[in-house]
Amino acid sequence: MATTLEAPKTPAPKTNRLGLQAVDYRGAKTTLCAGCGHNAISERIIDAMYEMGVKPERVLKLSGIGCSSKSPTYFLGRAHGFNSVHGRMPSVATGALLANSSMLGIGVSGDGDTASIGLGQFAHLMRRNLPLIYIIEDNGVYGLTKGQFSATADVGSKLKTGVINELPAINTCAMAVDLGATFVGRSFSGDKKQLLSMLKAAIAHNGTVMLDVISPCVTFNDHEGSTKSYKYVQEHEDSIGEVGFVPFFDDISVDYDPGTTYDVQMHDGSHLKLRKLHEGYDPTNRIGAVKALMEAEERGEILTGVFYIDAKRPSFIDSLNLAPEPLATLPQDRVRPPRRVLDEIMQAHL
Amino acid sequence: MATGEVALGKPAGAAAESLAASQPSTTKKVVNDFSIQVATVNGSGSQSANSVLLKSIFSMGIPVSGKNLFPSNIAGLPTWYTIRASKHGYVARKKEIDVLVAMNPETGREDMLSLPAGSAAIYDQSLNLKQYRQDVTSYPVPFDQLTAAVCPEAKLRKLVKNMVYVGVVAQLIGIDLQSAETSVRRQFARKPKAADLNWNAVKAGYEYAAQSLVKADPFFLEPMQATEGKIIIDGNSAAALGAMFAGVTVVTWYPITPSSSVVENLIGYLRKYRVDQDGKATFAVVQAEDELAAVGMVLGAGWAGARSMTATSGPGISLMAEFVGLGYYAELPGVIFDIQRVGPSTGMPTRTMQGDLLSVAYLSHGDTKHVFLLPASVEECYQFAIEAFDLAEQLQTPVFVLSDLDLGMNNWMSKPFEYPTKPINRGKVLTKEDLDRLGGFARYKDVDGDAIPYRTLPGTDHPRAAYFTRGSGHNEKGLYTERADEYQEVMERLARKFDTARGMVPAPELVQNGKSKVGLIAFGSSDFAVRESRDQLKKEHGLETDYLRLRAFPFSREVLEFVAAHDRIYVIEQNRDAQMLSLLKLDLPVKELSKLRSVRYFGGMPLDARTVTDGLVLQEGI
Repeated sequence: MATTLEAPKTPAPKTNRLGLQAVDYRGAKTTLCAGCGHNAISERIIDAMYEMGVKPERVLKLSGIGCSSKSPTYFLGRAHGFNSVHGRMPSVATGALLANSSMLGIGVSGDGDTASIGLGQFAHLMRRNLPLIYIIEDNGVYGLTKGQFSATADVGSKLKTGVINELPAINTCAMAVDLGATFVGRSFSGDKKQLLSMLKAAIAHNGTVMLDVISPCVTFNDHEGSTKSYKYVQEHEDSIGEVGFVPFFDDISVDYDPGTTYDVQMHDGSHLKLRKLHEGYDPTNRIGAVKALMEAEERGEILTGVFYIDAKRPSFIDSLNLAPEPLATLPQDRVRPPRRVLDEIMQAHL
Repeated sequence: MATGEVALGKPAGAAAESLAASQPSTTKKVVNDFSIQVATVNGSGSQSANSVLLKSIFSMGIPVSGKNLFPSNIAGLPTWYTIRASKHGYVARKKEIDVLVAMNPETGREDMLSLPAGSAAIYDQSLNLKQYRQDVTSYPVPFDQLTAAVCPEAKLRKLVKNMVYVGVVAQLIGIDLQSAETSVRRQFARKPKAADLNWNAVKAGYEYAAQSLVKADPFFLEPMQATEGKIIIDGNSAAALGAMFAGVTVVTWYPITPSSSVVENLIGYLRKYRVDQDGKATFAVVQAEDELAAVGMVLGAGWAGARSMTATSGPGISLMAEFVGLGYYAELPGVIFDIQRVGPSTGMPTRTMQGDLLSVAYLSHGDTKHVFLLPASVEECYQFAIEAFDLAEQLQTPVFVLSDLDLGMNNWMSKPFEYPTKPINRGKVLTKEDLDRLGGFARYKDVDGDAIPYRTLPGTDHPRAAYFTRGSGHNEKGLYTERADEYQEVMERLARKFDTARGMVPAPELVQNGKSKVGLIAFGSSDFAVRESRDQLKKEHGLETDYLRLRAFPFSREVLEFVAAHDRIYVIEQNRDAQMLSLLKLDLPVKELSKLRSVRYFGGMPLDARTVTDGLVLQEGI
């Protein structure tokens, strides 16, 4: 840290456990529309990384193509970023995290990027349980091409042009649970508290975190008749359980009633505390999670919260049994076998 | 009793009858210079038998090559295996078959009819193939009877029968029994019971031929000393070895013929030789959901600092187009092995071709161009694999290795591979210490004048290490731009970087005497046929030729010099549209273009010398 000889005129700026200020987590100025839900999500990512004391240089931020995928430029300027091709961020993230599994990966996608062109890669990412925080900034429309429906638009939802969507929405959360993701939740860009808790828990998780964050598009999908508008989401949100989070470095023992709260110990020792709002809901039960999601859909409600968590299943990196150091920087003597190995192989082909 | 019905004027045995009036009575012994073709049914397990034949000849010290001509099918369709023994060391496919082993009833007639006069045919006696050709020496063999006698277990007979023909062939052409036994024992080294069973079958065939067949064809093997110290290996295994010794750390793939064995072999090598003492792997292999994901992972891994690769074939290349454009523009290293097969579309997946040159050279939309290497032997599959990883990181771009089915899936003789002499070259990567000294860096700036910028790896512990990688318009700092000048600056540097590559890729191989007016240009697996064709042109037509073998794209300056120094240039390649000729045309000065002529073959079989010679003679008018 820079020091000066003069006495500070203002109180020392607030820092996190690494001694970094919130400003160290900021990115470039956003070029998205004013009021876009995506900007609020970028803010929460900054808050979560700052509060969790993640060093920005230890983060990989990745995205596909679309409005959502522009947003990694707008947070964590000190982290390497990769804006890849449409719908194919999962494969780039997979390669990058295999090359250096010591990094924290965060991938930002949109509903078009995930649920249409990228559905194949999305499915296989969930299946592998790669340690990656995968965020869908979900607004139900294509923004950069000016307002066509995406595959997460609900049946009956209306475009500004009056066109009604007649195809069922792809339920990315139910899919993610089914396919093997080990942390699946939905939040709303307008719900600061819930989203921040979920992001912090996501940072603590070892495996694929799939967060579907409803993030209204103020330009193309925030009108009467839309099911992804601020108003509609506020009116139809149904939380499955309040999300609390106690990081491993906070030495606070929080009392809770096991009758009303689910406590999940995370990989890094943090605790995820889920207050039961739906009677008998068990976030470690896949079948129950999918059932709750489908029932909410039938009721026309937007279910939010952490639907499913499995803090024990080995991640893709664990199952590959990789050397602990990053593969990317292993020295030559670790990756080029000695001369006698070649001699032995040549001998076998004589 | 079966007899050898001869095509020779002078019967070699009392029981043989001469049936070939057309054959001259003076037919000489043909020693160590002929081909054998085994016709079987796919899935009948003839692979081991053919391998034993090949390796027996090899262990007699005779130069030999083997080619599997197989269908895209699991079981039931016809398949052929050709073996060529050549004292001259020619290893290209020989167009003419000299000894046929006809085990497939379905193709027996056609196989027999396609033989040249004077050849020999071994077949199951029930097929009675003699009826189709009087000018071919026929050896009917009661295969089922012989097999049943050595193999009590009925369900194994289909497999064991193949070893019986190995015995018959061995006796007739003079493979010594010791070589054959050694090969059988090596083939079944891990299964002693199977080794005994198969060896008994070879002996049964051998004894039958000795007692009941009378040698009446001219084809003989005699021991030589030409294979000592040589290895036999396929190109895909060789490429896999190269990748391992190049220090590959991330391997992704989607299975596709004929490339799958690159990664399958590599997995075998990595599991054996790249696991630390504590059982931890220094590599990751992912079978991806498709080729798009496979190449996406390669580029993600390359970006984060791994030595990454995938292996594919034509259809996979088409799918990778979008990502490869990103790799070019965002300057991401990665190695892509393209084991070419016959296109377009699904084409003929188990036939060979050099048909991906144009699509790989300019893969993806917008202005893109890519470096590719052209191995022409198993040794170069190994060497160029190592080279490709260094080039990809030095140039910070995807690098392709264009092999093909013939090179990749067939067994070739080679001198043993050499251990790499150069250390691994990771290219221009800035460390934390570099950044402390420099204060920062611009990701896409040409600092050294070679148009190759510097990069940092994610995880570098410095607040100025990060940059943003994107396929959208960017300036030399990696920042988003839509400004014409900034966009052009980056694109022009990329073009200059491609020129830098000319001097870094493997230079062509030149064979010239300085006098010849005719130059040949070829590459990859065509090399074997072209070398033999040059001998044919000289011997049969008195035409001396110079020869340049391309080893990479972009072309280095030797190519222009070679073209300029000759009156006529024949570009020999295995595709319909003269793709390499087109690439040369784009690169050479206009005044040289009228010299270029084309010899092409695109039938899917490995190229043979006669086809090259015929095509060239026709155009030379000699």
